Amino acid sequence: MTLQLHAHARAFPIGGTIIEVQDVSLAFGGVKALTKISFDVREHEVRAIIGPNGAGKSSMLNVINGVYRPQEGTLRFRGEVLAGITPRRAAHLGISRTFQNIALFKGMSVLDNIMAGRNLRMHATFLEVAFRLPRAKREENENREAVEEIIEFLEIEHIRKTPVGRLPYGLQKRVELGRALAAEPKVLLLDEPMAGMNIEEKQDMCRFILDVNDHYGTTIVLIEHDMGVVMDISDRVVVLDYGKKIGDGTPDVVRADQNVIDAYLGVAH
Amino acid sequence: MAGFQFFMEVLVGGLLSGVMYALVALGFVLIYKASGVFNFAQGAMVFFAALSFVGFMELGAPFWLALPMTIALMALLGLGIERFVLRPLVNQHEITLLMATIGLTFVIEGVAQLVWGVEVRRLDLGIKDQPLPWLADNTGLFISQIDIFAAVVAGILVATLSLVFSRTKVGRALRAVADDHAAALSIGIPLKRIWALVWAISGIVALVAGMLWGARSGVQFALVFVALKALPVLIIGGFTSVPGVIVAGLIVGAAEKLAEVYIGPSVGGGIESWFPYVLAILFLLVRPEGLFGEKIIRRV
Repeated sequence: MTLQLHAHARAFPIGGTIIEVQDVSLAFGGVKALTKISFDVREHEVRAIIGPNGAGKSSMLNVINGVYRPQEGTLRFRGEVLAGITPRRAAHLGISRTFQNIALFKGMSVLDNIMAGRNLRMHATFLEVAFRLPRAKREENENREAVEEIIEFLEIEHIRKTPVGRLPYGLQKRVELGRALAAEPKVLLLDEPMAGMNIEEKQDMCRFILDVNDHYGTTIVLIEHDMGVVMDISDRVVVLDYGKKIGDGTPDVVRADQNVIDAYLGVAH
Repeated sequence: MAGFQFFMEVLVGGLLSGVMYALVALGFVLIYKASGVFNFAQGAMVFFAALSFVGFMELGAPFWLALPMTIALMALLGLGIERFVLRPLVNQHEITLLMATIGLTFVIEGVAQLVWGVEVRRLDLGIKDQPLPWLADNTGLFISQIDIFAAVVAGILVATLSLVFSRTKVGRALRAVADDHAAALSIGIPLKRIWALVWAISGIVALVAGMLWGARSGVQFALVFVALKALPVLIIGGFTSVPGVIVAGLIVGAAEKLAEVYIGPSVGGGIESWFPYVLAILFLLVRPEGLFGEKIIRRV
């Protein structure tokens, strides 16, 4: 699979640092999930975090998203230190995410799932909503338009009203991407967006990720343990192994790195 | 013809009381939908609400003052339960939460009687328990005014909430919280505020149910048992569906009255009190998720 990444000039050229992770360590009891990890993410780039199973990739994402609080180290978002960040605060700051094991609202339709993603963009109070006052109505219509745009963008018009629990896996992943996108995030965290997909679905997903990056300029941080896919679509790659950073750089640099090769292929001792 | 008229009277009477069952069941559904807790204390809340309302009026508060006072009290009770009983138990097993609400039932019942006393109270909403003359004259049906009033109020409340939860941002947030906590947090839905809201609303629903049932059959401890009739309604309608509750309420109300009148005599009568449960068992055997419940699909 070869995808011509950003073959044309980028609509959103890569800018300054948007997320900076500095010496972050995270432990669960005696188990060290992350040890002194530092890296940065620049605005508008596609940044991948890769590594074998159990390398600490998801933990890293959960730290950025505020699910886990690291014991050591600092996290900066646009230069501002984020101490004690929660998932809700992350959402307010413009950090959206998807989950490794799809976390959609299964009983709700595709439309409702993506509408729920616009929660923070809707400000009417409960009473305004309950009595259908003008602001609540107007807000509902405006946001519905934005959601329809996303639905069109992700080519899921035909399943708009289907409860997501009934959709095949690949489509559910796409809906989850749509829900995260609905918040119009600055940064999109994707936790193994291509896990469990067949080659065709993977290609589709790669295309959508690149399109999101191109079209909306969204900075993307994605986790993957399949190296091949990631190398094609990422601008820069961080490699983790056993909670430590063992490589960082452009795909070509990382691919040639001896430590990375050892971690992936094993090494004779 | 007289036979048909009688049948209609029984049927309409049954449907009207069915709307009231739906109202009680609604309180259960709201909380179950948003937090996965089966709130056993809903019946006690109905009792507490009606008793407090009558209590305020006995203390000299006029109707227009007693109502907002009781609404505020019920909202506070709901918020308090969420904050002090359920929030510390977040992420516990379902059975733990159920036990907590059973405990809560006894506390609420006890406190209610401690504060307001144990005697049966009359609650007068100013509507007569007499057949509506217009209806009797034109169709020959004798339907009590208070039954009609209660059904209209309950119907409006159920329809409003049903619309709010299916069509608006609050409804989506509520269903989202019920489906997946982590995902709901990640899109910025305030979990605790949603739970507090749901408990406050179900407190107010309990008040409306308590006032309507109280006006019909007196404000007394037996109101707690009205909540038990909500169980077959929930099973038939599905625990997570607001429209399901309406339809199932109507089914239960009509079925129990018709069964009492037409089957009752041949088995010695008194089947009204258990017939809905038989219906519920049949539904459990045939359609365990209820008429409108979310279909349980397990992928293996």
